[in-house]
Amino acid sequence: MFAIKRLNAWLGLAFISVVSGSAFAGQPINMPPGVTDISLEVYNMHMIAFWLCVVIAVVVFSAMFYSIFAHRKSRGVTPATFHESTTIEAIWTIIPFVVLIALSIPATKTLIDMYDTSDYDLTVKITGYQWLWHYEYVEDGVDFHSKLQTSLSQINNDEEKGENYLLEVDNELVIPVGKKVRFLITSNDVIHAWWVPDLAVKKDAVPGFINEAWTRVNEPGIYRGQCAELCGRHHGFMPVVVRAVPEAEYQQWVAANAKPESATEYAAISE
Amino acid sequence: MSTVAAGDHHDHPESPYSIKRWLFTTNHKDIGTLYLWFAFIMFLIGGVMALVIRTELFQPGLQFVDPQFFNSMTTMHAIMMIFGVVMPAFTGLANWLIPMMIGAPDMALPRMNNWSFWILPFAFAMMLSTLFMDGGGPAGGWTLYPPLTLQTGDALPFVILSMHFMGLSSIMGAINVVATVLNMRAPGMTLMKMPLFVWTWLITAYLLIAVMPVLAGGITMLLTDKYFGTSFFNAAGGGDPVMFQHIFWFFGHPEVYILILPSFGVVSSIIPTFARKPLFGYASMVYATGAIAFLSFIVWAHHMFTVGMPLAGELFFMFATMLIAVPTGVKVFNWIATMWRGSMTFETPMLFALGFIVMFSIGGFSGLMLALAPVDFQYHDTYFVVAHFHYVLVPGSIFAIIAAVYYWLPKWCGNMYSEGLGKTHFWLSTIFVNLTFFPMHFVGLAGMPRRIPDYALQFSDYNMMATIGAFGFGLSQLLFLVLVIKAIRSGKKATSQVWEDAEGLEWTLPSPAPYHSFSTPPAIK
Ligand code: HEM
Ligand SMILES: [Cu+2]
Ligand SMILES: [Cu+2]
Repeated sequence: MFAIKRLNAWLGLAFISVVSGSAFAGQPINMPPGVTDISLEVYNMHMIAFWLCVVIAVVVFSAMFYSIFAHRKSRGVTPATFHESTTIEAIWTIIPFVVLIALSIPATKTLIDMYDTSDYDLTVKITGYQWLWHYEYVEDGVDFHSKLQTSLSQINNDEEKGENYLLEVDNELVIPVGKKVRFLITSNDVIHAWWVPDLAVKKDAVPGFINEAWTRVNEPGIYRGQCAELCGRHHGFMPVVVRAVPEAEYQQWVAANAKPESATEYAAISE
Repeated sequence: MSTVAAGDHHDHPESPYSIKRWLFTTNHKDIGTLYLWFAFIMFLIGGVMALVIRTELFQPGLQFVDPQFFNSMTTMHAIMMIFGVVMPAFTGLANWLIPMMIGAPDMALPRMNNWSFWILPFAFAMMLSTLFMDGGGPAGGWTLYPPLTLQTGDALPFVILSMHFMGLSSIMGAINVVATVLNMRAPGMTLMKMPLFVWTWLITAYLLIAVMPVLAGGITMLLTDKYFGTSFFNAAGGGDPVMFQHIFWFFGHPEVYILILPSFGVVSSIIPTFARKPLFGYASMVYATGAIAFLSFIVWAHHMFTVGMPLAGELFFMFATMLIAVPTGVKVFNWIATMWRGSMTFETPMLFALGFIVMFSIGGFSGLMLALAPVDFQYHDTYFVVAHFHYVLVPGSIFAIIAAVYYWLPKWCGNMYSEGLGKTHFWLSTIFVNLTFFPMHFVGLAGMPRRIPDYALQFSDYNMMATIGAFGFGLSQLLFLVLVIKAIRSGKKATSQVWEDAEGLEWTLPSPAPYHSFSTPPAIK
């Protein structure tokens, strides 16, 4: 019996040290604030919801642990007998209700913004394939496939893994900074989901249907993401890489990569 | 003639070593035992699958399994744990406890009871056999989304048939609960006097009857799409793959409440006993359960926020989902108010119930965050969601089931379990369950998608931690097995009351409870 008690004490200690040790691991543990106005709004809302949960947790669990400490039989307390109180029950139904309404207002606003794809500057049609992406610049007439570039020997542990292991592609999606880019997302086979955390854009690619999303990137840079919907054997191996560049550089890139025929073709269709 | 009739009526169980006893039994306790052991075996098999997943994820890179097999492990793990562990374990508890709690001799429909159990081993044998078929087991996720699931090889019809069997079994189990609760209560046991476990199971049973046929319809449409040329979910033929998701989640969200409501009942039984104080807000607990059950039918598309629904749809499902957090919160508040100014002791069932309250609430908090549609775009299909549902299901549903076993085991087998081992089991489980699932919040937020066999380097530390936790959790459950077997074979004799201040009809029966619970209805205060 004593041995078991001591074991329990050790286990408690181990638990505490593991939990506090994890704070030093140095790898990311939170959502990135991202590089668009929307991603920042989303991040802020995430943090508000998180701290709200922390506050509720602290209040509720303090009450619980206080009770566990104070209202225990070993302290010789005699139990009370109350078992209902309409007032209290009404209060703790109404307060959460009000808090939730407060939380839903900014969420609704952000969602409406995310759904507003009007007034875009350019359109990229994204098509998911098992297991790569295809990008088509509708107005600018560029189109190409984009697939994983990490070597098999890295995946099979025969070679050291590079910095962007599994998050690197042969052809990046290049977009201009400060412009509203509209994405038309679909799939050629099964459902995929196109996701870049720094842009806070995640949308399913559904065969036979076209979904819309948009972004306006504020800072030049390379932003990495992955397919987020299980799409078969190599689902874990179809990353998304977006390179946001200044407008002038984007125009140069278009000039170097455009296929003129396809641009006119699309222009004719969209007219 | 009369001898036949007498032979038909089993007053006493046959030897526990007779196969016939278990095959042909119509006794609620025998069937409850079968369900519970079945759930435990499935728990071990599903657990091994989880460990295969965690082993592959111990480090970045592909080390142990093929990605296709990895996908079938995640798929099968979920199906085994949901349909093979939590649901049968709850049905086992219902069988053992409901007749004793309402003062009935047995379940209302004993032969159907036997059938609904004995379907399960066949269903799961069939499900497991698909792992050896051409093309491997199902690997499209437990959500079975087409078109991916239609790429399954020979396994698909067997998977679907076995899921039909599981559905059939749970519908029959549910009908039995409804029939028993509505018809077999002892005189004076009005609905509002029923223990909350009975209430939550009654409501769960209605949920089951309502949604299992919906799942059955959806998966049958998968079957006809694959083999009979229909195009329900094929856009090229005029169908819509997203329609499957609507059908699936119309089943799926009530299903997750099927997996938690009976736990609420268990916790509501245990807390008052060890706080030595009546349950706070009994009536509001019943209403909150009803509210949750109702709302669970109108929140399903929160699993589909990124699928491209119209804005109005997104908003509706966001508001409805946030609303469901209110009755869920009420439950937690009521449990704490029950403890408040009680006189508590902390035997193992109480520890698991308290662990349930804390960790289920953590899952509720992440649920609340997931409800915010624009933020869910970041969370969806990442490990954050995996963390959410494992918090509500493992230290939630599973802890409640374990708590129930500890609480009622002395009544079932007549012996006390070892309190020291029980407490060790609790602490080990609690430490390892958090070590496994808490870091999943981190990697999910940092951007790790779910259902991938390999991952980028910045996720490595927390994945390693989760794997260590998973092995620790798995091994700790063997301790539970040892403890239960020890309690059945030996151990201090239990009194009929078992727990000093437990209330309820089951404690008026001797321990172990007689083969037929209440041959004459007990008097209700
Ligand atoms: C406060 C109450 C809850 C809320 C607001 C809530 C909300 C949500 C939301 C919004 C999702 C979808 C996340 C996504 O895929 O992006 C989700 C997933 C899930 N929830 Fe909850 N939840 C709650 C409680 C529960 C409970 C009690 C259970 C079961 C015991 C549960 C089980 C699940 C499961 C299994 C999934 C994931 C299913 C899958 O995609 O495989 N949740 N929850
Ligand atoms: Cu994918
Ligand atoms: Cu749900």
